[in-house]
Amino acid sequence: MKIHEYQARDLLASFGIPVPAARVVTTAHEADDAYHTVTKDAGTDLAVVKAQVHAGGRGKAGFVKLVRSAQEARDAAEFMLTNKMVSVQTGPEGLDVTRVLVAAGVDIAHEFYLAITTDRETRRNVMIASAEGGVEIEQVAESNPKAIIKEPIHPLIGLQQHQARRLAFQLGFKGKAVGQATKLMIKLDQLFRAKDCALAEINPLILTPPSDAHPDGEVLAIDAKFQFDDNGLFRHKDVQAFRDPADEDPSELRAEHAGLSFIKLDGNIGCLVNGAGLAMATMDTIKHHGGEPANFLDVGGGASQEAVTEAFRIILSDPNVNGIMVNIFGGIMDCARIAGGIVAAAKEVGFKVPLVVRLEGNNAENGRKALEAAAGELPTLQAATDLTDAAQKVVAAVG
Amino acid sequence: MAILIDKDTKVICQGITGSFGAVHTKGCLEYGSKVVGGVTPGKGGTEDANGLPIFDTVKQAVDATGATATMIFVPPAFAADAILEAAAAEIRLICCITEGVPVNDMIAVRARLDEINLSASGAHATSQPNLITLVGPNCPGVITPGPKTGGGSGDGDPYTNAGCKIGIMPGYIHTHRSDPACTTGKTVGIVSRSGTLTYEAVWQTSNLGIAQSTCVGIGGDPVRGLNHIDCLRLFEADPDTDGILMIGEIGGTDEEAAADFVKRHVTKPVAGFIAGRTAPPGKRMGHAGAIISSSGGKATGTADSKIEAMREAGITVAETPADMGKAMAKALGL
Repeated sequence: MKIHEYQARDLLASFGIPVPAARVVTTAHEADDAYHTVTKDAGTDLAVVKAQVHAGGRGKAGFVKLVRSAQEARDAAEFMLTNKMVSVQTGPEGLDVTRVLVAAGVDIAHEFYLAITTDRETRRNVMIASAEGGVEIEQVAESNPKAIIKEPIHPLIGLQQHQARRLAFQLGFKGKAVGQATKLMIKLDQLFRAKDCALAEINPLILTPPSDAHPDGEVLAIDAKFQFDDNGLFRHKDVQAFRDPADEDPSELRAEHAGLSFIKLDGNIGCLVNGAGLAMATMDTIKHHGGEPANFLDVGGGASQEAVTEAFRIILSDPNVNGIMVNIFGGIMDCARIAGGIVAAAKEVGFKVPLVVRLEGNNAENGRKALEAAAGELPTLQAATDLTDAAQKVVAAVG
Repeated sequence: MAILIDKDTKVICQGITGSFGAVHTKGCLEYGSKVVGGVTPGKGGTEDANGLPIFDTVKQAVDATGATATMIFVPPAFAADAILEAAAAEIRLICCITEGVPVNDMIAVRARLDEINLSASGAHATSQPNLITLVGPNCPGVITPGPKTGGGSGDGDPYTNAGCKIGIMPGYIHTHRSDPACTTGKTVGIVSRSGTLTYEAVWQTSNLGIAQSTCVGIGGDPVRGLNHIDCLRLFEADPDTDGILMIGEIGGTDEEAAADFVKRHVTKPVAGFIAGRTAPPGKRMGHAGAIISSSGGKATGTADSKIEAMREAGITVAETPADMGKAMAKALGL
C-alpha cells in the first residue's frame, strides 16, 4: 500500500519528526490562502507547490513548482488541478491530480538519505543512511557503495541512542544538529515498529544553513515514502484510512474485498488458482506454451463458494479475457467448492469463453462429478488431467 | 528415518476448536498421525469432536500427553504468541500454518527462538534434536509418508500405519517407499516455499514411481523458521533420502544461498524449480515474500538469477512446473 506525500508528512509529524510547514489543498483558491499561512509561519516568501499523485517524475512534468507569491501559488495549483500529469511512470494516459501540497520553502545546506527496511537475510530491520541524499539511493549504491551506512536494529530493544549518535557523527552532523539527528532516527524507528512499516524512507533529510535559532543548522524531513506490511494493517485503522481507492485498480480492490489475491496483467488468459506459488507457476506454464496470462489470482485456501463466483466475475469483467484456466490442487481448498463456484458463475454470468478446468487434491472426485453434472450450463468447459494438459488446451482454445 | 517427524511423533493442535484447526486435526488423525490433544484457552477440560482432550495452555497439554510437536491454526494476530507459548512449553517442532502474520511479529519471534536455542546449544543451529525448530508461518506443514493400509476412516485419504502428517496437505498424493507405487525404489525429500506447488511436485514424483521421505513446506513469508538450507542439511544427512527436490519462488536470496550450499555440502542429486518467471517486477505475488524488487532499474530476487545460481551448482532445474517430477527423475539418473 502506498500513501501520499502529505500523508507521510502527517505521519512523521505525529511522531515528532520535524517537517516544514505545509497544507494540502484541493482548489486554486485554497492554494492562495495556504501560501500566506505556510510562508508566514516559516518567515520566507518561498514556497513549493507539489501535485499529490502516486507516480514519480513530477518535477520534469511541471507538477512541482517553486513559487514566490500567492498569485504564483494559485496559478501553479490551477495548472496541476486542471491538467493530467504525464511522466515516464504514469504512461501516456496520465493521471488526474485532485490534491496539491503547498509547503514552505527551506534553504538547504546539505541533503541526506535515511531509511528503515526489513533485511530478510539477517531477519532484522536495518537503518540505512547516507550523506549523499536527494537522489535515488540505488544510484548511490551503484556509484559509491561506501557512502551507504547500514545499522541493524535489535528486534526487542530497538535502535539505541549510541547507534543513532554514531550514525549522526558519521553523516557529518555537528554541534546541536547531532542531537537533532539522533532524536529523529530514534523516532523513525519507533514509527516504523508502531505502524508495521515495510519501508520508511526520508529523502531528502536536510540540514538548513546556520541561523540565529539554530546555529548548527536545523534537521528537517522534506519528503518521505512509506510502505506498510499488508499483514500488519489489521491493527492500524489510521494507516488503512490513508488509502485512496481512486489510486488503485478497481478490479484489484474488488478482489481484495472478496479476500482474493489478484493482480491484473496484460494477457488474454484468465487464471484462477489456489496458492500463490501454484498461481505463479500456472502463469509460467501458460507463457511457456505460448499464451499470455491476464491476471494472477490466488483464491486462497479458505475462500467461500461466493468468493470463487466473485473471482469469475472479476476475471470475466476484463474485456481482454478470451479464455480461462482453473488450476486447483486442494489442500485446505475443497475442489467441490470450486466446482460450485464455477456452476454458480455459469448460471449468473455464463461462460462464453473457453474454460479449462484441472482439479486435483482435496475432494477432487466430487468436484469433477459436480462439473460433469452441470455440463449443460458449461458448454465451453474442457476438463484437463494435469498442468501441461490444461495449459495446452487453454492456449489452443484462445488461438 | 526421514526428517523432523516420524510415526511416533506426538502432536497437539493450537487452535483446535477453530474451523481450520478442527478440520485438519481430523485430517491428520485420519492419515495416522499421533494427534494427542489440542489447546484453546478457556476450553480446557473439554474434548473435541474426535474425543481428543483440550487444554487451556500448551504446558498443560505437554505435561499430560508428552507431545513434542504442535501445529498452529490460531488467527494471525495471535500466531506469534502461540509460537512462543509452544517454545516456552519445550515443544520441539512448531509448525505454524497461519497465514498473514505481521513481519515485525516474526522478527521478534525469530530473535526469541534464536536466543532460546543459543542458550541451549551455544550455536545458532535451527534443526538439532535438542533445539526448537519452527516451520512457517504461512506454510502447509510437514509430512513423513507411511505405508498405506487402507484402514482409514477418511474420505479417500489412506490411513498409514507409520506415517505422520502435521499440516494441511492432502495425504493421498504421497508415496512411501514400501508402496507398490514406488516403482523406482527411490525416495526423495521435498522442500518448498509454496503450499500447493509442493502438492504438485509430490503428485508428479508419485506418478513417476518416486516415493517421498519427508516433505517440508517452509512457507512464503520473508521472515520464518526453517529455510531451504536447513532442510537441505537434514535431507543430506538422512539415509532414507536418495535425492532432494527444492522448490523456490521469486523474492529474497534464499535460493541463491541454498544453491551455494548445495555446491559445497550436498552430495545427493538435487532438482529444483523456481516459480514466478513471468511475474512483473514490483508486484507482490500473494506471498509477502514473493516480490521482485525493481528500484533503481536493477531487478533483484528474480527467477532468472535463482535458476542461474541453481544450474551453476549442478542442480537439475525444471523448465516448467509440469516438469518438476521429471527433473527429479533425471537428477536421480532414472
